Amino acid sequence: MTSRKSAIVLGGSSDIGRATARAFAKAGYDVALAGRDVAALEPDAADLRARYNVEVGLHKFDVLDTASFDGFVAGLPALPDVVISIVGLLGVQQTAESDLAHAATIMRSNYEGPSLILGLFAEKFLARGSGTLVGVSSVAGDRGRASNYVYGSAKAGFSAFLSGLRARASSSGVHVVTVKPGFVRTKMTEGMKLIGPLTVEAPVVGDAILAAVEKKTDVVYVSAKWRLVMLIIKTLPEAVFKKLKF
Amino acid sequence: MTLVSGWGRFPVVDSDVLRPRSFAAVGEAVEAGTIARGNGRAYGDAAIGTVRTVTMTGFDRVRSFDPATGRIRLEAGMLLADLVETFGPRGFLPFVVPGTRFVSIGGAIAADVHGKNHHCEGGFGRYVDSILLRTGQGEVIEASREQNSDAFFATIGGMGLTGIILEATMRLRPVETGWIRERVICASDLDAAMRALDAGDSATYSVAWIDCVARGKDFGRSLIYLGEHAGKDELTEGAAAFPVGKDPGLGVPVDLPAMTLNRYSIRAFNEMYYRMGARRAGGSRLVSLYPYFFPLDSIADWNRIYGRRGFLQHQCVIPEAGARAVLGDILERVALRGDASFLAVLKKLGQGDGILSFPLPGYTLALDFPVQGDILNFLDEIDRFVVAAGGRLYLAKDARQSRATFAAGYPALQRFNAIRKSLDPAGNIRSKLSQRLFDEV
Repeated sequence: MTSRKSAIVLGGSSDIGRATARAFAKAGYDVALAGRDVAALEPDAADLRARYNVEVGLHKFDVLDTASFDGFVAGLPALPDVVISIVGLLGVQQTAESDLAHAATIMRSNYEGPSLILGLFAEKFLARGSGTLVGVSSVAGDRGRASNYVYGSAKAGFSAFLSGLRARASSSGVHVVTVKPGFVRTKMTEGMKLIGPLTVEAPVVGDAILAAVEKKTDVVYVSAKWRLVMLIIKTLPEAVFKKLKF
Repeated sequence: MTLVSGWGRFPVVDSDVLRPRSFAAVGEAVEAGTIARGNGRAYGDAAIGTVRTVTMTGFDRVRSFDPATGRIRLEAGMLLADLVETFGPRGFLPFVVPGTRFVSIGGAIAADVHGKNHHCEGGFGRYVDSILLRTGQGEVIEASREQNSDAFFATIGGMGLTGIILEATMRLRPVETGWIRERVICASDLDAAMRALDAGDSATYSVAWIDCVARGKDFGRSLIYLGEHAGKDELTEGAAAFPVGKDPGLGVPVDLPAMTLNRYSIRAFNEMYYRMGARRAGGSRLVSLYPYFFPLDSIADWNRIYGRRGFLQHQCVIPEAGARAVLGDILERVALRGDASFLAVLKKLGQGDGILSFPLPGYTLALDFPVQGDILNFLDEIDRFVVAAGGRLYLAKDARQSRATFAAGYPALQRFNAIRKSLDPAGNIRSKLSQRLFDEV
């Protein structure tokens, strides 16, 4: 075994997951990628090994299969130093408005699963007295919007879970990071109209997550502009906000 | 449909732009009128499909790397910048780098890009051992010097017209450091510049910046930059063996009015630049590879300097015999005109490797012109000198040359077309450039 630090990325096949794994491997971490389709992660594992000469593990992980979480954590060869949850599902708001199953899948993918798995790691980390938990939430969780409140509410729940966990762990040596990326040009946002100056590429998010872990930041808006935008959106009176159809 | 243009922002064309996520999806994306696009740094219309443009930059994985030999297999959408930043600190650099690091590997192969070392080490394609190619016919083939060699040599410098490059295996150069020992030579006129370049033949890297607005006794005055890879023992104590490349921070935020570049501003800039360079002449110093190889990358979006209408680069190569006279004729007209860029580059090239590779033994001159006035006619006039001298224009930079100029400059075109036809009988792979210069009308 090496003495290098280790990080596991849950949702490793996403664009942000790949970029985050690269950022950590570049910084000298051994990396594990976890996702539903392990075979599909093989090329990314080969990429990380070839680029950075680090150890790369692959693990099967399905965020909707909460029953498997205990076994997943127990099955890891070692408890990592950093756990990063990138998993999430944008879904289709209009479908979710009438299709309960779709709405539930969005809620479970963005809130239930990520919170439960990070909560499980948190217990192990608290027992050990060290570790960093990173949850990728969203600016969409800062205030429910007409156009994506199913997704946004689940992200709001996840953000609240992370802030509570952070408070609980505050004097334990365990750190919790909440990441709010804003618009990122990825598979998830393909075909969406993104506002250029507010949009970043996945590697920017990966670097921001690494920096937040190393500097022990609590809440990261990946683009500083979003902090301002969301401050304005959050402080609009409800009477005004509800008339805005965005 | 999306408006697409090359780095020169001329022409701007409507195309269906797709970003496939798997090689299977790349295959499905190919229909009549498709071309692959890397990072869009070709200046003109080479990476714009007549119907569809397939963006490849998402494919940026390294498949394998052997630290003992420097042999690497990678996906074609990986940027050269990524390759330099990732493997430089591990002691390996690409053998050939062009003037910007923001090109994709696939694009560098398709244009068989050259660097400041072409006169002695050849072009990008020389260090490519094999290519995974998705042909217009729908096959995925591995092509190398031994296997499918026609497809291989047509793909090197083939401007993406043989199919979509998916992966490549190439050799990297072992280096001790990321520093270049640079020596500047000051040449007071064109004859002196060409002599200095000839004398620099044995230098690994050589390139001349030429003052293209100077006239009279200063006509053709230049600064010649020679360079060698520096060893560890040449670094001062405590210096990092591998410098860090800065992201282009300060960019050009808006399109400058075309007025900004005029004969007075260019003349003033060139005077200052020449004097500053002349002061460094004679001595040598260590320069980070980033400013040495990629001087313009430190200014993000520098193409906006030329204004909204964009700019044209005219890069020709003139065979060695008689080059002095022709370059003199061309530069004289450019100096008279006065609106060429402050970035005129003169360097020597050797023999190219691909069937349509641009380089041939001689001198290459690169000039930028803002799109304004009668520039198209002016460049046609310059082309007549190039053709008469047996020279040719660089397709990766071209947006406007005529079929006649092209055909005259590339005598291997028939052979290329035959190979292209065999790989893509239905003619699915097409770009705006091929429509303009290659395809049957």
